[in-house]
Amino acid sequence: MTRYSAFAVAREAFRDHQGWTRAWASPEPKRKYDVIIIGAGGHGLATAYYLGKNHGIRNVAILEKGWLGGGNTGRNTTIIRSNYLQDPSAAIYEKARSLYEDLSQDLNYNVMFSPRGVMMLAQTEHEVRGYKRTAYANALQGVKTEFISPARVKEFCPIIEIRGPRYPVLGALWQARGGTARHDAVAWGYARKCSEMGMDVIQKCEVTGIRSDGGVVKGVTTNRGDIDCDKLGIVVAGHSGHVADMAGFRLPIESVALQALVSEPIKPCMDVVVMANTVHGYMSQSDKGEMVIGGGADGYNNYTQRGSFHHIEETVRALNETFPIISRLKMLRMWGGIVDMTGDRSPIISPTPLGNCFINCGWGTGGFKAIPGSGWATAEMIAKGASGPLAAEFGLDRFREGRFIDESVAAGVAH
Amino acid sequence: MLILDCPYCGIACDETELSPGGEAHLTRFGPGSSEDEFEGYLFMRENPRGVHFERWRHAHGCGKWFHAARDTMTMEVFGTYPAQTTEPPAELRKTISEKRPGWSWRDFS
Repeated sequence: MTRYSAFAVAREAFRDHQGWTRAWASPEPKRKYDVIIIGAGGHGLATAYYLGKNHGIRNVAILEKGWLGGGNTGRNTTIIRSNYLQDPSAAIYEKARSLYEDLSQDLNYNVMFSPRGVMMLAQTEHEVRGYKRTAYANALQGVKTEFISPARVKEFCPIIEIRGPRYPVLGALWQARGGTARHDAVAWGYARKCSEMGMDVIQKCEVTGIRSDGGVVKGVTTNRGDIDCDKLGIVVAGHSGHVADMAGFRLPIESVALQALVSEPIKPCMDVVVMANTVHGYMSQSDKGEMVIGGGADGYNNYTQRGSFHHIEETVRALNETFPIISRLKMLRMWGGIVDMTGDRSPIISPTPLGNCFINCGWGTGGFKAIPGSGWATAEMIAKGASGPLAAEFGLDRFREGRFIDESVAAGVAH
Repeated sequence: MLILDCPYCGIACDETELSPGGEAHLTRFGPGSSEDEFEGYLFMRENPRGVHFERWRHAHGCGKWFHAARDTMTMEVFGTYPAQTTEPPAELRKTISEKRPGWSWRDFS
């Protein structure tokens, strides 16, 4: 596989770019693998990558029913932050954020990580108190955040109307090393490295059944034949309930559509990410100039990757007051992704009732930012057969035991 | 936009007029139940791809709760029925069987 570098670009420039090779191979599935990962989105590919890199397990297949990163990895608003309230969340999201810092070097693939700063606006007194509490918690967790004044909000992002009228900006939780990355590139970069390590990334391969013997997983049935494995990782986000059903266990998950949209491209006007959770909207500007806007999730089960138009309307209507500059912009396109919501809005990284079968799901509305940390923790769990320190608190048994990692209420994240 | 008929008012309601109320026909377990039962009641959900039964409230209308049968893949609505029941009516199940032969949801089919 060609190594990407400035030298390679120069060399190819002299030979009409004939020397570039495919970024990853498209092999036929083998009869058996040590580990099969179902789902070649960011989390599945990162799991496979860290299985190879950290644990030396390279006889791995990653099966994808569609195309690489065609699910939620390609449907999010690319925000990366780790300013969570609860210790287990802060640990795994900060691990992910810190891995993003040098992911481009690690993968030899430019994921365009841009630590431009993430600002979560406090637009009610409750949010002010909540975010101050989060800032103090982050200080104890070793996550660098601070609570900033409305004047500094205006300084960082001049296009914000901080005086209201309905939603005055009273301050913000600021994470200077949060930001964005190119979402497709994250999936592509991991896939390329997995392929380079000898793993099989197999697209258009839909798992239709999971075979087991005596309560231990034996392999999967797919539209391209049966494939055996010693260990199985299920990393399929919105479709987790469907695949868990094949494996014979239930999940505390409901799948709903979450939407986002982009405006027509305009000149650079905003170089930070702003989240406004009171009004359920968040916005950043892409490198192409589009304003990238995330909205609310539907309140009912849905697998259609569309979502209801009135959520878009509500989001944009509210954001208009905080960002008057966007009121005349045209919407360029909108889309939806199927997100897997758990009862406490925290993910599940866990062994399952089926032996040697592991699951990573429940990232809900905030999975993209977690990809490297999630893959790191899931790979460790699959390699060792039990959850490591990063994943320990995210077990399936927490729902039975009442050990919730309650982020939906506590952190005021956009859901 | 999702449109459901309120079985009380007899009118077609846009979803902006309604509040979603989650999965239908859950058996409530409280103090004295086993851990499995309590966990199942609070957190475990069918989350099907296909036929689904759910609770809705005509929040900006008569205010009453009702049930709806819907396909989560196509958004097709099979019908709605009042809340005072623990299972989908036989007639509605027959309608669904005509449109989705072989469907099942929990113990219903």
